[in-house]
Amino acid sequence: MSTIDPAVVRRVADLARIALSEDEVARFTKQLTVVLDAVGKLAEIDTEAIPPTASVLPIQNVLRDDVVRPSLTVDQALRGAPTRDGDLFRVQTVIEERPAERTGG
Amino acid sequence: MADAPRSIPEIAAALRRRETTAVELSRVAIERAKADAHNAWLLVAEARALAQARLADERIAAGDAPLLCGVPWACKDIIGTKDVETTAGSRILDGYIPPYSATVVERLDAQGAVMIGKTNLDEFAMGSSNENSAFGPVKNPWDPKRVPGGSSGGSAVAVAAGQVAFGLGTDTGGSIRQPAALTGVVGMKPTYGRVSRYGVVAFASSLDQVGPFATTVEGAAIVCQALFGADPYDATTMPLAVDDLRAGLGAGVKGMRLGVPKEYFVEGMEPGVEKAVRDAIRVLERQGAVIVEVSLPSTDHALGVYYIVQPAEASANLARYDGVRFGLRVEGKDLEDTYRKTRGAGFGPEVKRRMILGTYALSSGYYDAYYKKAQKVRTVIKSEFDRVFEKVDALVTPTSPTVAFAIGAKTDDPLAMYLNDIFTLPVNIAGLPGISIPCGLSEGLPVGLQVIAGYFQEATMFRVAAAYEGATQHHRARPMPRAA
Repeated sequence: MSTIDPAVVRRVADLARIALSEDEVARFTKQLTVVLDAVGKLAEIDTEAIPPTASVLPIQNVLRDDVVRPSLTVDQALRGAPTRDGDLFRVQTVIEERPAERTGG
Repeated sequence: MADAPRSIPEIAAALRRRETTAVELSRVAIERAKADAHNAWLLVAEARALAQARLADERIAAGDAPLLCGVPWACKDIIGTKDVETTAGSRILDGYIPPYSATVVERLDAQGAVMIGKTNLDEFAMGSSNENSAFGPVKNPWDPKRVPGGSSGGSAVAVAAGQVAFGLGTDTGGSIRQPAALTGVVGMKPTYGRVSRYGVVAFASSLDQVGPFATTVEGAAIVCQALFGADPYDATTMPLAVDDLRAGLGAGVKGMRLGVPKEYFVEGMEPGVEKAVRDAIRVLERQGAVIVEVSLPSTDHALGVYYIVQPAEASANLARYDGVRFGLRVEGKDLEDTYRKTRGAGFGPEVKRRMILGTYALSSGYYDAYYKKAQKVRTVIKSEFDRVFEKVDALVTPTSPTVAFAIGAKTDDPLAMYLNDIFTLPVNIAGLPGISIPCGLSEGLPVGLQVIAGYFQEATMFRVAAAYEGATQHHRARPMPRAA
């Protein structure tokens, strides 16, 4: 169907937000080519008139009453956080703010 | 302790006759888990277990204890346990202590079963050999140079080595049945929708199920009785009444129609495995079953479907490991870089391979050719099973094409590793229940017989498995480790 080369592996690893070493890129390129060749056999089956499986079970739209019930406390939810700031997860700055913009408009 | 009771009914009876206590059984199990030489355990929850055992003894003394009360068990470490570290076999969950327990753990807690600890597994359940654990491979008690199968290898070994009476595993493409076969115990995957996955680390959500390992079919049925049933916290569980799973265990197979799919006896299968399985089918025939050759023509395509659908779902599920809310964080120059470095350092090679494969299959321009195509072929595979189950009550097949292989033999060849599951993964693709039971030895190593039934027909599946077990002694075979 298509070929895997190191550039594809790097691009997909970037989409998946996974840092890879050059050694990993080389190894995965080779291994995934073999796996995709095996998977490519699916093209042999004519599925023109066949619907994709959404679920193997005959259930859909499972509804329940919207009832307030106990949930985790803030402390429980934050217990595993690498860093926290009060009641919040702390991460690195995502949006830089410049003082000029803060006072403007 | 070689003659200590091992099956759940024997243990339950011994507890009720006051021949032993839950505390005593737990102490033995804890000792054995700590002394285990197979790397089957990641954590022994001693204090929790002894507290549970003391409560179990009180319930047994009061005379109203369920069968699992006081019975020691092993929990695959992909199943979340409140206040007990849960790793999923991965560095990325480093230090993660769940604030709540999985529904399956709560149900066993409610029975009074005693959880001894958490067992080793392939990272995020991705593997068929237990070599993908961040905490080292698990060794097979039948031969420590060989793998126990995977991904639930730790729980399989804990039961096979006589450390606990039962274990829980998860099965996405064979991860309960295949290690059960390779270690000589009973292992069962319920119908998709039978057992809650709430609190279980998600791998491939349209395929995952939780199920038991036990030393006998009846033991597996007792555990399933406790696990089965709808859970308001998992909307994929079916709101169905649960039959008495033990009621038909003695009914035999006389007059039952058992299908043998010809596509499950393929080139590459070890002759000793084929012989043991063919012999097992003859045993069922002698018991009065009508053996019918059937065909599941698309079996050959199950691997292709599985290695698209499963990594695609996994790549979405594992997006949550970002170093922000729990687990490992490797600080980068900005948030995006932190994600990349955390995931690059936290995931092992097999997980990375599958993340890349799954992301690729879902990426723009490839979605139709891979993911959508696979879901269509999945429909074909499912309808072939549907048609076969109009003609037969159950299917009997080998569980795995080989016996346990040497540690390291397939680690550099992912495709060879994936082929271990060719007889188990079609069952997950269709969402059917399947069980592996010991059916003899090949070259001194255990072989598994798989029984597959229709949707929610676990009682039928157990009945066939029990009929075979009752007619043979294979489930009594114990590991006799070879000299190193």
